[in-house]
Amino acid sequence: MVNPEYDDVDHDTVPPANKGLLVAAGVLLALPMIALAWVGSYARVEPKLGGFPFFIWYQFLWVFLCSAATYTAYKLVLKARPHRPMLGWRDAETRRRDEESGR
Amino acid sequence: MTAMLPAAANTGVNYTALAVLIILFLLVTVMGFWASKWRQATSMESLDEWGLGGRKFGTWVTWFLLGGDLYTAYTFVAVPAAMFALGSVSGFFAVPYTIVLYPIIFIFMSRLWSVSHRHGYVTPADFVRGRYGSRGLSLAVALTGILATMPYIALQLVGIQAVLEVAGVGGSQNVIAKDLPLFIAFALLAAYTYSSGLRAPAVIAFVKDTLIYLVIIVAVIYLPSKFGGWDHIFGAAQTKMAKPNPVTGKPTGAFIPNSQQYWAYATLAFGSAMALFMYPHSITATLSSGSRNTIRRNASILPAYSFVLGLLALLGWVAIAAGTKPIGLDGKPNAQLVIPQLFEDSFPSWFAGVAFAAIAIGALVPAAIMSIAAANTFTRNVYKEWLKPDATHAEQARVGKLVSLIVKAFALVFVLTLDKQNAINFQLLGGIWILQTFPALVFSLYTRWFHRWALLAGWAVGMIYGTYTAYNVINPATKSHFGGSLAAMPIIGDLGYIALTAFVINVIIAAILTFVFNAMKVDNGVDETIRGDYFADEGDPRVEKLETPIHLQTGTQ
Repeated sequence: MVNPEYDDVDHDTVPPANKGLLVAAGVLLALPMIALAWVGSYARVEPKLGGFPFFIWYQFLWVFLCSAATYTAYKLVLKARPHRPMLGWRDAETRRRDEESGR
Repeated sequence: MTAMLPAAANTGVNYTALAVLIILFLLVTVMGFWASKWRQATSMESLDEWGLGGRKFGTWVTWFLLGGDLYTAYTFVAVPAAMFALGSVSGFFAVPYTIVLYPIIFIFMSRLWSVSHRHGYVTPADFVRGRYGSRGLSLAVALTGILATMPYIALQLVGIQAVLEVAGVGGSQNVIAKDLPLFIAFALLAAYTYSSGLRAPAVIAFVKDTLIYLVIIVAVIYLPSKFGGWDHIFGAAQTKMAKPNPVTGKPTGAFIPNSQQYWAYATLAFGSAMALFMYPHSITATLSSGSRNTIRRNASILPAYSFVLGLLALLGWVAIAAGTKPIGLDGKPNAQLVIPQLFEDSFPSWFAGVAFAAIAIGALVPAAIMSIAAANTFTRNVYKEWLKPDATHAEQARVGKLVSLIVKAFALVFVLTLDKQNAINFQLLGGIWILQTFPALVFSLYTRWFHRWALLAGWAVGMIYGTYTAYNVINPATKSHFGGSLAAMPIIGDLGYIALTAFVINVIIAAILTFVFNAMKVDNGVDETIRGDYFADEGDPRVEKLETPIHLQTGTQ
């Protein structure tokens, strides 16, 4: 493992995250996929909207719903797992060189 | 269809449209050459400069490059042609495909970006090699990427050819003149990519998207009202799709999928979505972006593309209402010509020329990106890895340029040998192959549970099953092989996209053999990545490659 005197973060771990927010983001991402995979739920002509069969406009509607869901998921994920900088992380060779130069 | 007489508009050269097309083309050509000076490269003689644009692209350039992956001849020519000829199951699945695409890439792409950033990976094969220390699995991934790109480039050539043919270039008199539009398309593409590398398409992409938006907005607002409104258009499409096909006696196509077609529709959408970001060119576009979150931000704004794609798909049905007769210069009907023909029939010549230019440039840019990415993959993962490990940067750039030509030449072979009538099939065939690299790439971003040789075996079985099954699909009209991308799925029985069936078989084989190899304690290679690598962002330092790999010193995994 990493020399604790040098770097107190073990980077061979998954950075900590808010599990609840991650699950919420996962649900938001799964919704459009489930809705569109379930073809039987929208393969119909009625109700029409401005001449467009339901089959067509319903899928167009999902373009926007999916965009909103993905954007929300993006915000949630940013919040759920703040970036853990790796700046303090040195590989072994750099560490050896640093130690030789007396740092 | 066969009873239709060639429309008058087809018989001659449309000089005005052709002139506008040529002028716009010359304009982009100048831009293409200027591109080599854009964001001043120190030297084009290195693969990083020629093939990755120096890795300096920000959010907007990345957005345009990614858009280039979607707005291609696939969108403009193949999808509307499939809608026109065969209906929604064959064409409109492209809409759910490009919707579910974004949640899918949202999930795994940022992990790939991070680990690539830390380790300097440029291709999927680089990552697989680093994750398993397996040159064999890496080679399989690399070769699949190159192979699958070829029919996708072929589709672009068909698109450019369609435009030139409708503009009146070429003729049926002799063999050379017959395929002249195709050879012109090929020569143009080759000249572009050879000189400027990735910078050319990145610069041209701005022009391309501007032209495309202009044409789409005009077409979508003007055409439906010109041809009797959407109600009438959907009515005409429904009537045509219900009419029995004279050869098979079955309905021409699907207006709305029936209950036997649900699986086909869903598997085409999901198979295509999972496949798209396995292609070397899509990976190149995402990895040339500046930060981990560029991709996720893009994933939430890119669906704008899907909406327009849907409207373009519907133009295929507008053409039905308009009574467009897509007749080739050889006098035979060719559905691929339907959109250029619709534009030529409905607009003044000069605007038809603008539309032709939009389509042609819209095919040229992605074809260039694709061939460059395939060439990068060859150079890094085949040439340098297997043939000449001590190759200099200049040698690599030279090989890359040469391979980009060879890849395009093979694309030409696909166009000449396969059935062009349903060009969307080219893209679907590429999807069958490329999707077989999904387990090795995407599963490995999360886990090293799978054994490297099990993944290789699963890949091999998926490739063989997919190719064999696709070969056995016979086009009922022309009796040619590779006539479609749907086949009966084992157990379920309904038709489904072959790529996804092959993928499931691939995963099952990989899982079973993983148990076997683990039980036999077969070595699963060394992993040069650590868990934190998958969450790295810009600013985090790149791992310095050492003589002794870092994972041996940290003693984990």
